[in-house]
Amino acid sequence: MSRKTLIPIGPYHPLQEEPELFRLYCDGEIVKDIQWVTGYNHRSIEKLSESKTYEQVFFLVERICGICSTSHPFAFANAVEEIAGVEITDRTKYIRSIIGELERIHSHLLWVGLAGHFLGYNTVFMWAWKYREPVLDLFEMITGNRNSYAMFRVGGVRRDIENHKIAEIRRVLSEVKSKTDLLTGAVMDDPVIHARTKGVGVLTRQDVIDYGAVGPTARASGVAIDVRKDDPYAAYPLVDWKVITSETGDVFAKAEVRLLEMYESISIIEQCLKGLEKEKEGDIIVKVTEIPEGIGNGRAEAPRGEVFHFVVSDGSNSPARHKIRAPSYVNIATFKKSCIGQTIADATITLAGVDPCYCCTERLAVVCDARSGEKLMNARELIEKSAARTASLNKDFNCNK
Amino acid sequence: MTEQSIISEFKKRFKPDILEVSGKNQKRAVITIKPGAILRASEYLYKESGLRFIIASAIHTKRGFEIHYHFSMDSSGLILNLHVILDRVKPEIESLSNMFNASNWIEREMHELFGINFLNHPNHDKLISEGNWAEGVYPYRKEFKSATEEKK
Repeated sequence: MSRKTLIPIGPYHPLQEEPELFRLYCDGEIVKDIQWVTGYNHRSIEKLSESKTYEQVFFLVERICGICSTSHPFAFANAVEEIAGVEITDRTKYIRSIIGELERIHSHLLWVGLAGHFLGYNTVFMWAWKYREPVLDLFEMITGNRNSYAMFRVGGVRRDIENHKIAEIRRVLSEVKSKTDLLTGAVMDDPVIHARTKGVGVLTRQDVIDYGAVGPTARASGVAIDVRKDDPYAAYPLVDWKVITSETGDVFAKAEVRLLEMYESISIIEQCLKGLEKEKEGDIIVKVTEIPEGIGNGRAEAPRGEVFHFVVSDGSNSPARHKIRAPSYVNIATFKKSCIGQTIADATITLAGVDPCYCCTERLAVVCDARSGEKLMNARELIEKSAARTASLNKDFNCNK
Repeated sequence: MTEQSIISEFKKRFKPDILEVSGKNQKRAVITIKPGAILRASEYLYKESGLRFIIASAIHTKRGFEIHYHFSMDSSGLILNLHVILDRVKPEIESLSNMFNASNWIEREMHELFGINFLNHPNHDKLISEGNWAEGVYPYRKEFKSATEEKK
């Protein structure tokens, strides 16, 4: 047996600002085996959840992921509402779906940018992140936050999307749509991107089934699974849309699925906005007084795939057990199939291909001067600054009553 | 195959192994089976019926250690939980990782956090702490107290 060279990527990743370690065992330039080491960021959220009330858990699970921060509250709400047997109002359904789809758009744009960056194609990176910005502004206008929107609660949502804001959302969406056209055209027609991503990191249909992969990773290999269609929740059964799939299973197919999914998301939001106009303003909560004993299986389709929350209630005000399965947990395991046999240069984009998310957002409480240690801003001042920024955005968008 | 036909066929085949069947609605089912039947039952669900393994959740309760194996039938939206109750002193069960890779990591994780043994697992190494955690201390068991909890 020939000697293999070990090439580590991480724990401090040069591109993705999250700690993880891949050990690539290479023979010459070819990757022969891969090992993944994790746990650098383990925060024991499942255990923490057992010490919090149901209302508090929403804020906790929101901080699992900084990019798809609404997918976890979404799945948790589905699980708890299943235990309590609550039927939410139609307005709530539309608002939840709008938030979920806006998140998919900004998350996919973020991925396209990062993928470009991985290929050394920084124009794509700059473009995609520039076009993502209006979506984040829209979030700030609707929820008050660019990320971690704190919109969900048991039986409803915390804030309404008032009808006078709908026109502005439509305007931003049409802008995003035209930019998506531009980006999709640029990526799909680019010969360099074709050369770097076609036939690279192929995941076959059987691999997907064996590893239980989900989301765009599965759909790019022709496995048409999408929780929004298979086990419909929120407003997804009320609107018309289709599941995007591709057959080849390579990185290009994954990019194609994500880019085309953004159009579906825009269409879903437009239909939800129409539905929203028909519903009564302010009808956003169903009162839930008690979570009875029982178990709940909640799931939601995050940008990266199915998020699964399993909640066991013993009738008290906090979960007795809360199991969380993020999509990257099953998608990252597929590297064992997709990376082996690739060259080292292709391994990086293959690793990025499933849009891995190592779950990190740290909460900022105090801003200090790095040299003197002097406190420049405390938590309260930061919140005030944030509120002022939201107010000014609302003014810019002409959304004040 | 519909969700109801899978459940009724399952009941017929594994009649001596089934301890309890419950379900909130058509799309959710919990079937409690004897731990010894887990390999045969999973084989039926995964290989014959084409269900997808989502994940498994371990729980430490008064009855001992319980595991819910969540299977999803994507064509109908059914989530079928195979539920087993393991011994409280020596929890062990056959590993499913030789059948499908999807359960490889979660079994390592349950072994690390709850101390449940998975027999014939291809790689029983720690998943999360990779050697940075004391042997024989299982943080997700109910009796475990963190440093801050001990101070109180």
